Amino acid sequence: MRLDNFLHLKRHAQNLLTRSAIRAFGLLSYVAAGFAQPSASYLSSTNIFAPASTPARSIFGLSLFVLAVTLVIFVVVAGLIVYAVVKFRNRAGDAEREPAQVYGSTQIELAWTVIPVLIVIVLFLATARGIHAIQDAPKPAAALDVTVIGHQFWWEFRYPKLGIVTANELHIPVSDPSRPTPTFMKLMSADTDHSFWVPELGGKTDLIPNRVNEMWMDPSRPGIYLGQCAQYCGTQHAKMLLRVSVDRPAEFEAWVRAQQRAAVQDEKARAGKHVFETTSCINCHTVSGTAANGRFGPDLTHLMSRTSLASGAAENTPSNLRLWIQNPDAIKPGSLMPSMKLNDADLDTLVTYLETLR
Amino acid sequence: MTETLHEWVTTVDHKRLGILYILYGLGFLVMAGIEALVIRVQLMHAHNHFVSPQVFNRMFTMHGTTMIFFVVMPVLFGFANYLVPLMIGARDMAFPRLNAFSFWLTALGGLLLYFSFLGGSGLYGAGNAPDVGWWAYAPLTAKAFSPGHSADYWTISLLVSGFGSVGTAINIIATVLCMRCPGMHLGRMPLLAWLYLVMSGMVLMAITPLTAAQLMLLVDRYLGGHFFDTQAGGSATIWMHFFWIFGHPEVYVLVIPAFAFLSEIIPVFSRKPIFGYPVMVAATIGIGLVSMSVWAHHMFTIGMNSYANSFFAITTMAVGIPTGIKIFNWIGTIWGGRIHFKVPMLFCIGFLLQFLIAGLTGIIQSCVPVDWQLSLSYFVVAHFHYVIVGGILFALFAAFYYWYPKMTGRMLSERLGNWHFWLFLIGFHLTFDVMHIPGLLGMPRRIYTYEPRPGWETLNMIVTIGAFIQAIAILVFVWNLIVSYWKGAKAGNDPWDAWTLEWSVSSPPRIYNFASIPVVASRRPLWDLKHPEDPDSRYE
Repeated sequence: MRLDNFLHLKRHAQNLLTRSAIRAFGLLSYVAAGFAQPSASYLSSTNIFAPASTPARSIFGLSLFVLAVTLVIFVVVAGLIVYAVVKFRNRAGDAEREPAQVYGSTQIELAWTVIPVLIVIVLFLATARGIHAIQDAPKPAAALDVTVIGHQFWWEFRYPKLGIVTANELHIPVSDPSRPTPTFMKLMSADTDHSFWVPELGGKTDLIPNRVNEMWMDPSRPGIYLGQCAQYCGTQHAKMLLRVSVDRPAEFEAWVRAQQRAAVQDEKARAGKHVFETTSCINCHTVSGTAANGRFGPDLTHLMSRTSLASGAAENTPSNLRLWIQNPDAIKPGSLMPSMKLNDADLDTLVTYLETLR
Repeated sequence: MTETLHEWVTTVDHKRLGILYILYGLGFLVMAGIEALVIRVQLMHAHNHFVSPQVFNRMFTMHGTTMIFFVVMPVLFGFANYLVPLMIGARDMAFPRLNAFSFWLTALGGLLLYFSFLGGSGLYGAGNAPDVGWWAYAPLTAKAFSPGHSADYWTISLLVSGFGSVGTAINIIATVLCMRCPGMHLGRMPLLAWLYLVMSGMVLMAITPLTAAQLMLLVDRYLGGHFFDTQAGGSATIWMHFFWIFGHPEVYVLVIPAFAFLSEIIPVFSRKPIFGYPVMVAATIGIGLVSMSVWAHHMFTIGMNSYANSFFAITTMAVGIPTGIKIFNWIGTIWGGRIHFKVPMLFCIGFLLQFLIAGLTGIIQSCVPVDWQLSLSYFVVAHFHYVIVGGILFALFAAFYYWYPKMTGRMLSERLGNWHFWLFLIGFHLTFDVMHIPGLLGMPRRIYTYEPRPGWETLNMIVTIGAFIQAIAILVFVWNLIVSYWKGAKAGNDPWDAWTLEWSVSSPPRIYNFASIPVVASRRPLWDLKHPEDPDSRYE
């Protein structure tokens, strides 16, 4: 058989398998996860069987194919084992006679060598195609560039062409399949290994110091997609959560414009700003237009545009913010944010100031 | 009493050293088991506060390191020590004193690792076990991130026990190649000897890169080297390559002896010779060779190019072929036999089904894009525990029930054995079947706590319950080992009506094993003896 004929046949079989398997597994994963149907305010379930982006969908298809193949192998081989164990059990009536002593059979052994070889070839071809489709995809001109930098234990997002720096909550535009605007990310690390994983948008890719990795996604429906660091990066690996906001084009434009503005200068919060600028906050954090230009911690210029603190460990409320500054270990023990040891008055004015950073 | 103790400490007898290895491994099994339970209790609920993140990270580091290096490796070497000379008709290992030296190195390694609980941080007072993970990825092990001594305890304990493993591997190779009794050419060796020969060869090739990497790490930490120091331009990925070029063959180092036990036990309880002996040998050598070229499938997420990813995908899938052949040959052995469901055979049947599933989930992960989702998630944790617990540990339990009578002269209780088997089977499946699902639902591994995402809490609770059922089963097993030593039925020389040479001598065998060196004419010398009318030697 010619190779392309073979590939065609294989693809046909794969489509067939995929379609029936999608139904079965769609149901299964729905039941297992109990997630709601996507709506306007879609909040993701981190389920790998609910893909919302091309790489995740292509992985989903491949995983159904390989699941189907392995399921068939399992049924056949486990069936053989169970049959043999039941059929050839020692029965009470059997005398102490030994069964026929068989030492092997070249034909049978050849058969059960050749069949696995064929299965491996098919699986490999499907895998190689999947790798190529995701990993070697060309970058369209309309793509958004984002640089992701992993830190112990938070995420830094830089948009080099838009001049935006933010943290922990990544905003990207929804990608219309007819006019795709995918997001292409460069992944780097400031300290130890991390791994970027938002299951509904794609597989994971590690962030490794002294190395630049790449990854892309093109979510087709707006919503909030959850994920977290997947590579052990130290004490607080568990609370290095990740949230991707997939915005409609107009929302994304508005978000970009808001992020590009300088920090709010509110006269009422002058006292708090003074506290901020005269403590060690500024060694690690940046607020544009102030003395603070540290890069060790998240950029706070638009802190209040984010919904969470401490890389998703707590909701962004005034009381949590106060607690986070005074006693970070209460929220995230082992994080690198130090306790600031401020008196109550300073703490209140500082929180008031930070609350103005919209 | 002191005299007995002195005899055991200074012994160079392969049987005593074998038992020392096994007892040592069982002791650490209890330690590492307790660590696993701490992990499971912590993960019972979302946002649980049973232990701090620091303690949790130490627990999974110590659990993994201990189970691999100080439970499974020593117990497997223990069985090799005990069985290989007996099965090939030799009076001891080739180098008895090297044998003792290797055991004590391994013992020192384990003690060093656990001393870290007391001495880890040195000057700071309180102890501190390593928390860098059993894979100890750079740069987390660099001075900047691990300033105390706990990471050094990890490095040095494995360095020391690694030399012990290499010594034992050389010893097994020399014994198998040079000490076989007259008539036992390579094609007549019991499969167990063959498989341990392959396993030992792999130990030599796998441990050395780990040792090299650890020496480089020590140079980084204390002599200003920059191999893995990324802040000074070193490479984090080089450590990964070194570690997994050890780490993946290590999996086969552990599983090949499990294959060896099955290949001895299944034939005896099916009352048939092993099906396709030459193919079994060839498949083992095939696994040994191919498994040396699959290591980077642990690294599909690190951003290798698509050619490298494809290469490691196909080598990984290819390992499935010889492994599949082995499973088919065991089925072929059972087929047409008369199966006796004694406890060792129950564990072997459990192994067959579970190892099949473990292999298939491995195939799923060899599809690189699928692995981009599954890697570093609880799916992987479930997968490799299926290999190590569902496969290797089940085979080890089978070996305990099968050879305990030879080692002690007493049978293990069948009643307690059945309790042990069924409890452990239920606990195992509750834990590790269910554990696949949180991975599919996006739960990463190595996290000390988690958000209450849909399904995560219920599933983790079931996993924890299963872990405790397994712990109860292990207690039943240990109780059986202790009680049967005094109260078990007398075993006699050959309680299972078996066919290899260890069953021709008394239980336990006397020092130097054989009064006169046996001469064999086939793969099953005792079959020939028991069936002079139809000996195996006629068909060779």
